[in-house]
Amino acid sequence: MPRRPRLAVVKFASCDGCQLSLLDCEDELLAVADAVEIAYFPEASSTMSRGPYDLTLVEGSVTTPHDAARLQQLRTASRRLVTIGACATAGGIQALRNTRDVAGLASVVYPRPDFLDVLDRSTPIRAHVSVDYELRGCPVSKQSLLEVVAAVLADRKPRIPDVSVCVECKRRGLVCVAVAGGQACLGPVTQAGCGALCPGFARGCYGCFGPYGSANTAALADHLRATGTSARATEHLFATFNAGAPAFAAEAERQRGAPAGAPR
Amino acid sequence: MTRRRSLDVPVLARVEGEGALHVRIRDRTVETVALSIYEPPRFFEGFLRGRAAREAPDITARICGICPVAYQMAACNAVEHVWGLEVGETVRRLRRLLYCGEWVESHALHIYLLHAPDLLGYPDALTMARDHRDLVERGLRLKKAGNDLMDLVGGRAIHPVNVRVGGFYRFPDPADLTAARPWLEQALGDAVATVRTVAALAVPDLDMPYHFVALRPERAEDYPLEAGRVVLSGDGTAPAESFGLEEFDERVVEVQVEHSNALHARLRGVGPYVVGPLARWALLGDRLGGTAADLAAEVGLPQPLRNPFASIVVRAVEVVYALEEALRLIDAWPADPGPAFVDGPARAGAGHGASEAPRGLLVHRYRLDAAGEIRSATIVPPTSQNQAQIEADLRRVVEGNLDLDDAALRMRCETAVRNYDPCISCATHAVRVTVDRG
Repeated sequence: MPRRPRLAVVKFASCDGCQLSLLDCEDELLAVADAVEIAYFPEASSTMSRGPYDLTLVEGSVTTPHDAARLQQLRTASRRLVTIGACATAGGIQALRNTRDVAGLASVVYPRPDFLDVLDRSTPIRAHVSVDYELRGCPVSKQSLLEVVAAVLADRKPRIPDVSVCVECKRRGLVCVAVAGGQACLGPVTQAGCGALCPGFARGCYGCFGPYGSANTAALADHLRATGTSARATEHLFATFNAGAPAFAAEAERQRGAPAGAPR
Repeated sequence: MTRRRSLDVPVLARVEGEGALHVRIRDRTVETVALSIYEPPRFFEGFLRGRAAREAPDITARICGICPVAYQMAACNAVEHVWGLEVGETVRRLRRLLYCGEWVESHALHIYLLHAPDLLGYPDALTMARDHRDLVERGLRLKKAGNDLMDLVGGRAIHPVNVRVGGFYRFPDPADLTAARPWLEQALGDAVATVRTVAALAVPDLDMPYHFVALRPERAEDYPLEAGRVVLSGDGTAPAESFGLEEFDERVVEVQVEHSNALHARLRGVGPYVVGPLARWALLGDRLGGTAADLAAEVGLPQPLRNPFASIVVRAVEVVYALEEALRLIDAWPADPGPAFVDGPARAGAGHGASEAPRGLLVHRYRLDAAGEIRSATIVPPTSQNQAQIEADLRRVVEGNLDLDDAALRMRCETAVRNYDPCISCATHAVRVTVDRG
């Protein structure tokens, strides 16, 4: 029997939700465990083997000096390294600290911020090491996660379409929540993969999969402003779970500088 | 001659998040026990400032991928309290239904994937499946039913999208609710079998003088879950004391300790206390009713239960309750459910909201301005409340098991931490176990 590929699942600053997505593959989990050797996955197992790993799935962003060093070692030990989710891919919601004063934030939460050892920015994995594939989502979808694991282990490109949520929405035949419903919706600029979940619940997309490849955030922001969304609300729409993704960060920054009343 | 022993487990496995445990033993005296949470802090309470109160449910959900609904409910309750919004009965029921899904998913995860491997002697559930395939498959089926219920009501199991301040974006199709009945009934069968299985497991003995804290729901027939404005506090034998949620900040003192990135909570005049399944069962167990109550009696579950190693049985009973409650809620779904949410103008003010996460009481407190923005936020998650008591348990476990060899004692300590299903992502995140007998 050929050697099974060795899998590691490693966490940095995050909510645990993306690695939970793997354990949420209830129908496939035992088959996955037969197909790969789960060498390192502390959330699931007390067995923690050293590298090298054939595939390392990384959840979470880098926010401490210790984690920055740990990531370097992890990259060295990993043949393929794939980020899963908005934290690892774009810095996560904790990247909201990037535009704030961290000492000020820490003093809001902790009486003795000097006990903490944190970096002033939350950064994606790619800012530190080379990454073989980035899977978006807050959280990632289970189906996409299984596809990426299968593809990377087979040395092929994962079949994750680089289109916007609008495409998935149209495919489902949903009534447009923005045009017909008048709601603020990030669907036109957001990476597909959720199956147009929020529009299906009569709600505008809130961008949890981050910007897709050719996102025209400025055009969407203009539309939002022209249809009554304030500069501040528009800024906040772009500054949530993918606040650190360059396209969203730039648009949020533009809105921060925009006059409050009129469209930009 | 002084005898010192030193044990080290660098990463505590099968918990949500990252942490460490340090125990120092000199001769036969336990000198210090420190549960160290090194999960990096994420400063939610800081960056919530200046955000719209309506964003609080979605933003705070990201504190924890295992119990996002707990955060969404507590956030909604708090904002609605400040704004004076009264949600209708149908919204209340649907929140409860969604939350039942989270309890089933989270408890099944802990029972089968995180805790049972300790009690059966395996490093993980996947290895356990080689000898106990049926058991693990049953656990995965049960977990999946919880996730499917969250998908149905919330859109997805992790960070559901359908929850909003005032209610839901849209009510589920009644036909989909009816269609859930068969698989929920099947899950109930699995849950009943789970109680019998875990009650038969041999667990270490321990009897702790616990002080319990749990949220009391308004309706007398409800077991604690999605909301409540009164907190019960007691040892489970004498009648419990109660206080209003608005007094929580005066009753509970959060202190920062150097060895942890999570704040420790202590009850004023009491000290460490316990929230979660043991507390709910001790203080409000008489509200379970139905098959859950029958099973608790059948397996002889003591009330209060003061052995944390047996908490797995309470979790299993709560899964039965959650599934029976889900079936009741579906059966009671009205023909005309009315509007999916209530809305109203933003008001300035401060208020609390709480819910019972699978791991225990979760409290949010917000101060909002007249524009509907958050001026300040305080979030007290269950694991930070349990942290001091976990350390007290560990001290007793080490003291009572000094004759175990290092590997066995280390394992017993890890299990003692996992008894609480700690969510370190919530408290901040990760547990490392070091037992230093030097």
